[in-house]
Amino acid sequence: MFATAIGLSVIFSILSSGFLEIGNLISLVRNVSILGVLALAMSLVVIGRGIDLAMIATMVISSAYFTVLYSSGHSAMMSVLGGLLIAILVGLIQGWLVAYAEVPPLFATLAVGVTLYGFGQLFLIAQDVSNLPEGDQVFLPFGSLRFLGIPIQIFAFLAVAVATHGFLVYSKYGRFIYGLGENPAAARLIGVPIRILTVGQYLLCAILAFAAGVLTVSSVSSMSLRIVNSTMIYDVILVVVIGGIGLSGGKGGVRNVFAGTLLMGILLNGMTLMNVPYAAQNIVKGFILLFALMADSYLNPRDEQTEKQGDI
Amino acid sequence: MSMADVLVRARYRYVPDRQIGELLAKPWVDTAIPSLLLLLALVAFGVLVPGFFSAGNLSDMARQWGEVGFLALGLMVVILSGGIDLSVGAIYGLASFATIATLQGLHLPVAAGLAVALLVGGTIGLINGILVGVLKMRAFLSTLALLIICRSVQETIALRYGTSLLTDPGGLDLWYWLGDGSVLGVPVSLVMLVLAGLATHFLLTRMSLGWRIQAVGGSRRSAYNAGIGVSPTIVFCYVFSGLCAGMAGFLFSARTANPGAEVGVGFEIVALTAAILGGNSLGGGRGSASKAILGALIIIVIINSLVALSLPSGATGFALGLTLLVGVLIDIRWMKNRSKILERAYVSPAYYEPLPLTSIRRGDQTPFALNSGLSGAEPLALGKLTGPRDVIFDSNDYLYTVSSAGDIIRLSPPNYADPEIFAHIGGQTLGLAMDSSDSIFVCVAGIGLFAVGQDRAVRKLSDHVPRTLFSIRDDSQIKFAHDLDIAPSGQIFFSEASGRFDVHDWVTDSLEMRANGRLLVFDPNTGKTETALRNLIFPSGVCVEPAGLSLLIAETWACRVSRFWFDGPRKGQLERVIENLPGFAGSIRRSSDGNYWLAMLGVRTPCHELAMQSPGFRKRMALRVAYDEWLYPNFNAGLVIKFSERGEIVDCLWDGDGKRHAALSSMCEHRGSLYLGGIFNNRIGRVQLAEADADWTMAQSYRERK
Repeated sequence: MFATAIGLSVIFSILSSGFLEIGNLISLVRNVSILGVLALAMSLVVIGRGIDLAMIATMVISSAYFTVLYSSGHSAMMSVLGGLLIAILVGLIQGWLVAYAEVPPLFATLAVGVTLYGFGQLFLIAQDVSNLPEGDQVFLPFGSLRFLGIPIQIFAFLAVAVATHGFLVYSKYGRFIYGLGENPAAARLIGVPIRILTVGQYLLCAILAFAAGVLTVSSVSSMSLRIVNSTMIYDVILVVVIGGIGLSGGKGGVRNVFAGTLLMGILLNGMTLMNVPYAAQNIVKGFILLFALMADSYLNPRDEQTEKQGDI
Repeated sequence: MSMADVLVRARYRYVPDRQIGELLAKPWVDTAIPSLLLLLALVAFGVLVPGFFSAGNLSDMARQWGEVGFLALGLMVVILSGGIDLSVGAIYGLASFATIATLQGLHLPVAAGLAVALLVGGTIGLINGILVGVLKMRAFLSTLALLIICRSVQETIALRYGTSLLTDPGGLDLWYWLGDGSVLGVPVSLVMLVLAGLATHFLLTRMSLGWRIQAVGGSRRSAYNAGIGVSPTIVFCYVFSGLCAGMAGFLFSARTANPGAEVGVGFEIVALTAAILGGNSLGGGRGSASKAILGALIIIVIINSLVALSLPSGATGFALGLTLLVGVLIDIRWMKNRSKILERAYVSPAYYEPLPLTSIRRGDQTPFALNSGLSGAEPLALGKLTGPRDVIFDSNDYLYTVSSAGDIIRLSPPNYADPEIFAHIGGQTLGLAMDSSDSIFVCVAGIGLFAVGQDRAVRKLSDHVPRTLFSIRDDSQIKFAHDLDIAPSGQIFFSEASGRFDVHDWVTDSLEMRANGRLLVFDPNTGKTETALRNLIFPSGVCVEPAGLSLLIAETWACRVSRFWFDGPRKGQLERVIENLPGFAGSIRRSSDGNYWLAMLGVRTPCHELAMQSPGFRKRMALRVAYDEWLYPNFNAGLVIKFSERGEIVDCLWDGDGKRHAALSSMCEHRGSLYLGGIFNNRIGRVQLAEADADWTMAQSYRERK
């Protein structure tokens, strides 16, 4: 995977002039940091043999709600709690649907995403774009922080990555998630509390999505609801699949997310530098997703024995 | 009978539990749920939305129904095969744009526009089919990737060429008619949808391709193992879905001629919700065209009404997502619990009041007192037989019996020690009878009536009867053929023990205590089978009486023997011969002294009798207790009685401790010995009968009266 990244970098540095400049590289990594955090959240779920298609909706609605609360005068703490509450509720509902009602994750999260978007538009957020208040002293300065010339978003990504790695590799429940993804029936038989673990997965995913949303708001001082309709969720899935985390669960780690994020960032940056129009970028991404899925189904074939019906 | 008993009896006689259970088992009951939903939606929105039932609104909804219906139809076929197609919305948009480009841009005739739309849909469908069917990729994400690609392509070309396509070149009246016109007042798109729906229904229910699609969706592995070409079937489904989506796009473009970039956005969710709401199961294997069309109508009603109510943006998405969620939840729970719910609803015990038990204690003066008359039975073919339910002899003294593997077994005289498989039929071979040419006639549970000649050739005589006119359950199939006998005219009378339970479930019939069985008659001259007598409680033994005008029939759980006149002056009458037997009556055979032998499977117990008067208790037991632990009749005893034609008990022989010959289902007297066969025995017992005629055979007895 890293080899592909290097290969792509070489290609792009040949194709466009501004690719290899430090400024460009830093801006590349900064732009994909948010994507990286989202990919880390998704990887938690995918490793456990699930998927979260509502992640972007969660991110957008919860952080837009946070922005709305903050702009209408609540304190920073209260606004963050408000947004966090939405994210937690969504995570719990999704977790319950997948673990207890036994709805396949694809349908559960698809439906929840659509519902959440509509719910947010109806009851929580009035406009399409919610802005942070003008003289904000907490989030805007945070968003433009730099240490040693490296933007804060990259550090945030690294911090989340380290925490996720620690959870997955060194904690008991992280290990259990691998077992759950590999063979849920066996995990259940040896006593792993798989239903609670599943709910926990989706909860963590939603909270991380909220964190990514707050990060975005800090960076660009607004949150647009139109992001939900964009192809961002497919970007996240693309990162996860390209990075090498098999969709059948039980494999992969933070390393794979790094590789995928890097690849994705190089791709996006390269295409932007080459002035490829947005729609055409989507076509390219769609094809890459297709090929990545082909490779994934070849490298990580679905195990017919431990698969449930409706797992499509 | 106390007042409580009267009430219980009335409740179980007049409340139609059994009919409800049989109704729920029907395959079309699934469509009842979405029909109710539709009714609800119509009522609710008819009240809330002003002008809901106005002609304009109805025709508008009908047109949209035509378009979304096509999407749902195609998606339904894909879901039926166990996959999913998320790119239908994008195909719809792309096809719509392509049509407009062809007609208004390139000025080609309308047929070309249709062809282009279908081509676009079919090609993308083919790509989907190859990805999912041949390359075996994940359906959801692959079609999602294709969705992105198609949507982006549409955006690109719509942005570039959209504005140039807005002008109307004229001469496209047919196209406009397809979009806005009506046939006899019904919008064209709706008519086309109905035609397509009928064609799809025909495909799915009457053509082998449709059955293969359902097989692949029901269980892909089993379909593959059965030799069904899974990949081509899946490719076909996706191509079909693409074509339907292309058609929908064509109809949409005919109605609106909108070359915009947002056409079709979100329609895959609409189509998916429509398919689920209609009752098509997400996991595959259950679905129909009517369900898809019904679901599409429900969605159109909901969406249209929400828009008409001028709710703020987001309401439609919210309602759609919520509906999808609820639909998926119900679908998952119903599929999981369907067989359980059906099982619960199906078994419907009835009230039955048995006659008082007579004592069977050893030493008592009753005719049924326990003894050890059969304990000295000589075992034949010990350990080599599995469940010899019936025994019969041919004119050369060969012994024929059955096995639980569906074979007819023959044992040779004089020792009858080594069984050989005479013929294999399959099913569950039960009762045997023989005619004068030594052809064997056998009842096979699960199939019907068979004949096996001495050449070992197996012929099926009968497997269905004309269906009873007002029966909910389809009783034309002979579910549980049990025992038989041959009348002098050549007609074969055979009993169908139960029309509601199979042979593997036979004891559940005793739990119901309903008259589920009947007597059938097969006429070898015409080859037709008719129902001779209905409403019998698990009829088993059938024995034609020597006069050739009547037969004796035993009802197992009712513990009685009756006489049915099938010919002569008393034709059609039924009279009781023996009631209140101490055990469950099995097979009846003639004896050498002009009487009849009756085998009994087991004995009645006070506990079981009490349960018969308490149908509520039996129902609760069926619901809450595991099948293995249900109250079971006592099959641990075996006895044979000899009774006269007037019903007097002449003799009674027990297997005293039930160790060798429990659950006796049949016996046959032959040359002075009585041969015993039981359901669970591993041998045939032979008992010497001291006062019997040593040359008498049953075959001879039947021949004499011809």
